[in-house]
Amino acid sequence: MITKKENVDALEKFSENLEIEGRSLWQDAAIRFKRNKAAMVSLVILALIILSVIFAPMLSQYAFDDTDWYAMHVAPSSEHLFGTDSLGRDLFVRTLIGGRISLMVGVLGAFVAVVIGTVYGATSGFIGGRTDRIMMRILEILYSIPFMFLVIVLVTFFGRNIYLIFVAIGAIAWLDMARIVRGQTLSLRNKEFIEAAHVSGVSQWNIIRRHIIPNVLGIVAVYSTLLVPSMILTESFLSFLGLGVQEPMTSWGALLQEGAQTMELAIWQLIFPATFMVLTLFCFNYIGDGLRDALDPKDR
Amino acid sequence: MHFKRSLLSTALLTTALMGASFVAQAAVVPEGVILAAKQELVRGNGTEVASLDPHKTEGVPESHVIRDLLEGLVNQDANGKTIPGMAESWETTDNKTFIFHLRKDAKWSNGDPVTAHDFVYSFQRAVDPSTASPYSWYYEMTTMVNASEIIAGKKDKSTLGVKALDDFTFEVKLQNALPYFVMMMGHTTVKPVHKATVEKFGDKWTKPENFVGNGAFVVSKWVVNERIELTPNKHYWDNKNTVLTKVTFLPIENQVAEMNRFLSGELHMTNELPNEHFRRLKKKYPESVAIKGNLCTYYYSFNTKKPPFDDVRVRKAVSYAIDRNIIANAILGQGQKPAYFLTPEIVANFSPELPAYGKLSQKERNAQAKQLLEEAGYNQANPLKFTLLYNTSENHKKLAVAIGSMWKKNLGVEVVLENQEWKTYLDTKKQGDFEAARAGWCGDYNEASTFTSLMEGKNTTGGIHYQSAAYDKLIKDAIETTDEAKRQQLYYAQEALLAEDMPLAPIYQYVKARLLSPAVGGYAANNAEDKLYSKDMYIIAQ
Amino acid sequence: MFKFIFKRILEAIPTMLILITVSFFLMRFAPGNPFSSERTLPPQVMENINAKYGLDKPVFVQYTTYLGNVLQGDLGPSFKYKDFTVNELVADALPVSAKIGVVAFVFSLIFGVSVGTLAALRQNSWLDYAVMSTAMLGIVMPSFVLAPVLIYIFSIGLGWFPAGGWMDGSWHYMVLPVLAMAMMYVATFARITRGSMIEVLNSNFIRTARAKGLSYRYIVLKHALKPAMLPVVSYMGPAFVGIITGSVVIETIFGLPGIGKLFVNAAFNRDYSLVMGVTILIGFLFILFNAIVDILLAYVDPKIRY
Repeated sequence: MITKKENVDALEKFSENLEIEGRSLWQDAAIRFKRNKAAMVSLVILALIILSVIFAPMLSQYAFDDTDWYAMHVAPSSEHLFGTDSLGRDLFVRTLIGGRISLMVGVLGAFVAVVIGTVYGATSGFIGGRTDRIMMRILEILYSIPFMFLVIVLVTFFGRNIYLIFVAIGAIAWLDMARIVRGQTLSLRNKEFIEAAHVSGVSQWNIIRRHIIPNVLGIVAVYSTLLVPSMILTESFLSFLGLGVQEPMTSWGALLQEGAQTMELAIWQLIFPATFMVLTLFCFNYIGDGLRDALDPKDR
Repeated sequence: MHFKRSLLSTALLTTALMGASFVAQAAVVPEGVILAAKQELVRGNGTEVASLDPHKTEGVPESHVIRDLLEGLVNQDANGKTIPGMAESWETTDNKTFIFHLRKDAKWSNGDPVTAHDFVYSFQRAVDPSTASPYSWYYEMTTMVNASEIIAGKKDKSTLGVKALDDFTFEVKLQNALPYFVMMMGHTTVKPVHKATVEKFGDKWTKPENFVGNGAFVVSKWVVNERIELTPNKHYWDNKNTVLTKVTFLPIENQVAEMNRFLSGELHMTNELPNEHFRRLKKKYPESVAIKGNLCTYYYSFNTKKPPFDDVRVRKAVSYAIDRNIIANAILGQGQKPAYFLTPEIVANFSPELPAYGKLSQKERNAQAKQLLEEAGYNQANPLKFTLLYNTSENHKKLAVAIGSMWKKNLGVEVVLENQEWKTYLDTKKQGDFEAARAGWCGDYNEASTFTSLMEGKNTTGGIHYQSAAYDKLIKDAIETTDEAKRQQLYYAQEALLAEDMPLAPIYQYVKARLLSPAVGGYAANNAEDKLYSKDMYIIAQ
Repeated sequence: MFKFIFKRILEAIPTMLILITVSFFLMRFAPGNPFSSERTLPPQVMENINAKYGLDKPVFVQYTTYLGNVLQGDLGPSFKYKDFTVNELVADALPVSAKIGVVAFVFSLIFGVSVGTLAALRQNSWLDYAVMSTAMLGIVMPSFVLAPVLIYIFSIGLGWFPAGGWMDGSWHYMVLPVLAMAMMYVATFARITRGSMIEVLNSNFIRTARAKGLSYRYIVLKHALKPAMLPVVSYMGPAFVGIITGSVVIETIFGLPGIGKLFVNAAFNRDYSLVMGVTILIGFLFILFNAIVDILLAYVDPKIRY
């Protein structure tokens, strides 16, 4: 959502120029990516965050839902590294647990978007002709629907459910993906090896599955990296409206929302989750930028 | 979000009070107080009003505004006592026929006199099915002659038991004797509307350009979701005593946002204050924190029709394990009191003995709870699991999390919290599709029956999930008895039965806390129903 | 060009129909009733209310009636705000959101493009790094965190601007909301401009122009800016959508009587007609704005012809 258009365009351009060069393209890309300092640093930080989000809560003496009536709104100390919240729950653990949820929503949301988008885009681009026109028309119609508003309605009416949220967010984001993949597929469709497959009687579905999809994976990878942070932000937007995960479970969005309400008396409730979220989003964006630059042959 | 309050008046009025004349109250500025040059009051009002038509509203925010715009037969003073409004005096001999003598100097804001015919028209309009008033049931509650039949569409609205004996004498006939009928006439839904205006503009009559009212103020500007501005009604009978030149109501739902706007000097008075900030505000701005008792109880109700709460031992165990002192003192701490009754102790003539579990220490309660739960067949190997439903709100969420963790720690209970948006929550509860649910109740009037009748078997808000014949009998006896002392004992017996059957776990008794600028004078600090009249208030020079 | 516009209008019809249908049935099958209240209403009272709003008829009849009314531009009465029709509410709220949105949009466009251009011209300088990391921060910081921080500093701390309210749009009530809303788009426009500007400045025709000895300023303004705007213009569509969606947050925090606030309240109150009215309006605006962006693109990009 953030720099979506920018990426979409860059990727579209990239796909126009893409030559199928087998392995060397990927090797080149890997070398270029490694030269990108910001991206490499981000990769390391992100790995650290992911590891700590997965493992650190296990090491803590507190559980994420342990309340302590005698330690409410306690400032950071050796006892509670990040301080506590309004019910005396340890913020260190909650920040990490919240990170699990946020990252999960981000990754799963992006995954849903990528799967739907890739299949739709590849099908449309590959079959082409009338089918392509109809499928693209449908896409255009969907583009004009205010999905975020429908999601708000959906979640208020049918209750919050983390799976519903994944699906809802993912369902919004696949549109761009579908467009990009279609562009890519269109250019692939006329390549000799696809025609060869046709001639040898491989079914359409198998051509999509075996040839088209693997060949568009590069773009898909870049785009999904950039999709994750925007998913995380969308989740935080829903949390702001009180439509996020159920307590006592939490997410970065929910923690930020609470922290912003108690800024004046317990700034740590805002600072720590905010730092984690901002850092993660930074990393994803830099990695995405790095991948895009690495895969863009023009920049060689 | 608790709109459950229906704003009846306080204290059962006895017949002895009737027929007496009172000195009406208005802004009484004590001597020595210097008024500010700018008499403009800005009040926080929670949510946006649904309507300014008294026959189309049901909530508290609407009542706050309408109270300034329209005046009913009676008003309330700063202590919650019923005082004359449009009616100068009233009389009854049997508590079934009431005669109100209207003041002759009362005028609508367009100069028309307010007459008994206006009340006849308004009452008939309120019960008219085509008006579709959500509060028309209130007229049924007064047992006004033919009210139910008219609402059901079986009789014409002209058959309602109201009559204008002459221009300034208004008569109401009831089916049953109702000693507190006069105080019921202070409610929003029994306020008069101006016939000619309503008939001319239809649904649009409340717009500033069309509005005609008989209250101390008229509406001069209305921006939905931002503000409603009122200016004094020059034709109001007591206008000479109105000090304020402008009143603004702001619908601000978020308590932190409301607090911020108070702190940056944009508001004189908030609707509520955020719990988290209470201690900080109390320390930093002690002069601006106003707290008063409130006729409300916060509780969790159990669905006794479904496992696991069809077992009284489970209900008791779960209730005992709630550490009410922690809730009231540590988590809330604004003066809320632990509750062991459905009826709050602030209610008049209500001071029963605490139930047995209320006298124990929390440690003892926890031990008993554990034992009860084990008897009911739940233990570590087979832990009790249930879902707690609450409606979306920061405070409900916080208490649910806190109580959930008490249950987990003390009893090993696994509780899933589920919050739903207000309207969905109401639906879920109504259909009995819950195990335990948060609830709260505020009194319609200052008497125990407004609370205890909640658990009567036919009450769709509470008792329908309980339905005890023994309890219903106690309720019936209390209504039928004529002996005050006996009635009181029956109320105590009802509470004792509730403690025995535990269809609900009382948690705490509310207080009303808000930020109030020291510049505001005339604030009704002892009105437990929070009936505030802007005409009584003024701004003091600082 | 006219053919293109005509085509867009034709395309909008099925989109709007789908939108209306989806939101209508979503509303009708949702749990919760606009008229449920804590004290359950007597069935007779409920029936009277349902009859008044036509909810007693079969769903399909309600749907066709609604569709017919919408075609005549009548969005019906609001279920919650009983003294208003949806048309009135929307007509009052739209100018507020539009004013905030347009100011935020123009501000972020101008400011973002200038900052981005500046960063591109000083590529890899400290200025570039400073601008770009601030921009990244602006992108990842949710507005519901930024807004309270702004309020805390500028309203409560310094007392420069009010913490909320609209007061018929006087400018000092607009500063903080606009700032909170624009931050993300300033940042995004800056990033996009920088990226595409660097690319354009490295292209052959700019090198030729420089070789001819034209002044740098002239080259940037005369030759580079227009092609560099291409991705900026394409981003305007998503930015518009984002600003509309963001209005939900900003208007809630600052208590502004705009479309976003109206929508959230309507959804929470199950105000069917109002939710649908706002959804239809926003869908219409999306279509309209996407069309405008396409026309602008045709102007900026010589490759696109209609």
